[in-house]
Amino acid sequence: MTASCALETKVLCKSFGALAVANAINFQLLPGARHALIGPNGAGKTSFVNLVTGVLQSTSGQILLDGEDVTRLSQAQRVKRGLARTFQINQLFRGLSVLENVTLAISEREGVAGNFWRPAGKRTAVVEEAYALLDKLGIADEALRAVRELAYGRQRLVEIAVALGLKPKVLLLDEPAAGVPSSETGTIIEVIERLDPTIALLIIEHDMELVFRIARRITVLVQGTVLVEGTPAEIAADPHVREVYLGERVTP
Amino acid sequence: MTAKSAAHTIATFARRHRLRPMEALPWVLAVAAYFVFPDYLALGAQILATLLFGLSADLVLGYAGIVTLGHAAFYGVGAYTAGYLAAHGVGSPIIGLIAAMVAAGAVGFISGLIILRTQGLSILMLTLVVCVMLQEAANKMTSITGGADGLQGMEVQPVLGMFRFDMYGHTAYWYALGVLFLGWAVTRTIVHSSFGRSLTGIRENVARMNAIGTPVFFRLVTIYTISAMLAGAAGALIAETTQLVALNVLSVDLSGTILVMIILGGVGRLYGAFIGVPLYMIAQDRFSTIDPTYWYFWIGLLLVLVVAFARGGILGMADAVLRRFKRSP
Ligand SMILES: Nc1ncnc2c1ncn2[C@@H]1O[C@H](COP(=O)(O)OP(=O)(O)O)[C@@H](O)[C@H]1O
Ligand SMILES: [Mg+2]
Repeated sequence: MTASCALETKVLCKSFGALAVANAINFQLLPGARHALIGPNGAGKTSFVNLVTGVLQSTSGQILLDGEDVTRLSQAQRVKRGLARTFQINQLFRGLSVLENVTLAISEREGVAGNFWRPAGKRTAVVEEAYALLDKLGIADEALRAVRELAYGRQRLVEIAVALGLKPKVLLLDEPAAGVPSSETGTIIEVIERLDPTIALLIIEHDMELVFRIARRITVLVQGTVLVEGTPAEIAADPHVREVYLGERVTP
Repeated sequence: MTAKSAAHTIATFARRHRLRPMEALPWVLAVAAYFVFPDYLALGAQILATLLFGLSADLVLGYAGIVTLGHAAFYGVGAYTAGYLAAHGVGSPIIGLIAAMVAAGAVGFISGLIILRTQGLSILMLTLVVCVMLQEAANKMTSITGGADGLQGMEVQPVLGMFRFDMYGHTAYWYALGVLFLGWAVTRTIVHSSFGRSLTGIRENVARMNAIGTPVFFRLVTIYTISAMLAGAAGALIAETTQLVALNVLSVDLSGTILVMIILGGVGRLYGAFIGVPLYMIAQDRFSTIDPTYWYFWIGLLLVLVVAFARGGILGMADAVLRRFKRSP
């Protein structure tokens, strides 16, 4: 069972002083999963992503990627094993062009980013791949513009494009629609729906419409503890969840 | 239509690496200056050597975003290495230059391993500390460095065994120009390469570089070492062409001055140093004769104006003007 998980955490714990942001989290993400992680603000969702990717070091517990223990590995080593993430608040190269943002990621994946002598823009295969990716996400027309000149909704797409440039096996999306006007969330949902089905996807989201459209499994996190996990129907019907998180707004 | 605009976009993206005609300008001017100002060749050689120092500082500050107040450490180590060798029978300028680069590179590598683990203000303080410690060491080790009196008895042989250093600075000028040209070629290649672009990525957003799997620390140590080697070469040039090395080559003062020069010209633009360094040094030369007491005030005023009104330095300002010019035909 263990070996078939794309991503797994075992009794993962992390505290900031007295505050436990991860409280013995046992979590499994299966290959090809469409899994959502939900929970109120400050529940520890982003911290979970930071732990899994190695931005934060866990206090105790284990993180496994494709059955392999990566708990002590650096961020870069985890990325090499097929793990990619996006950020709740854009982390982009704002002064660089959209095309270059993605090119940087692909160069890194291809192992050419340490090369001293060949002009970066003349690596045609890399740049073409970056362009094709932008084209797929519908932002190729802005390829040469600096990221900071783009509307926020489009920047969110670049955020996803950079992660996809890594050709991940496991993709963690931290609130991909955060800050995007509701008229534009449709584009982002579409992009996520069209993702390669073999990617194991974990999506953190507040927008319940988005969650119920995409997720086939949902985990609810409250104060660093997994409250419940199940299918969307089970989660929507769960009285605890309704109480602490969903309120009465959601219809199953 | 899509295919055509794809090809067009990709070609445009590659085009920025092309060598533009404007890039020949500094070299044309440098050669012209040799003939137009024959009385100022000694100053000219110093400007050229300092330019190389400026290029190396820009790699670290402008490209990788490492804020350093101790870049003179490498310049000084280079100067003392070349100077010491010339004072002890190894007078070949080229050997002195290479030895200086190796020594400065080693200091850059080792200090980089420690310093570059930290960020922000800590980096600033640690670079400063390294510089101060080296200067103090040079001050104490009088048997090697001559201490406060400076290094005595340098005897620099002719370049390549053929071109003797003369009192007018003819050889010094060409020698400095040649080394600067090589340093520029290396620097330009690096900043256009994938490695160079990844440095810009680190400057723009370290968190994202980590998230795309960049070995950030390793990249920073690498560029810090390369930059230290170039700074060491600049120090060697100064030592060999002036036949003089004193403690000021290791000063924090000099570390700050080189930053002022490249900020004036514009950082992270490769050619910022080519504007800022000559401007500063010529202004220093002129102002200090016209107004010896207050010349530094005028330099300071210029810097304040540039920082307040021309983010990106003089080159950045020129860029902005040109762009506006192009937009409104
Ligand atoms: N580096 C940190 N130091 C201290 N507290 C932190 C740090 N990062 C997050 N926290 C705290 O941990 C809790 C969980 O934060 P986060 O994981 O961002 O929640 P979520 O993404 O679910 O909204 C919050 O109370 C937050 O203030
Ligand atoms: Mg969050």
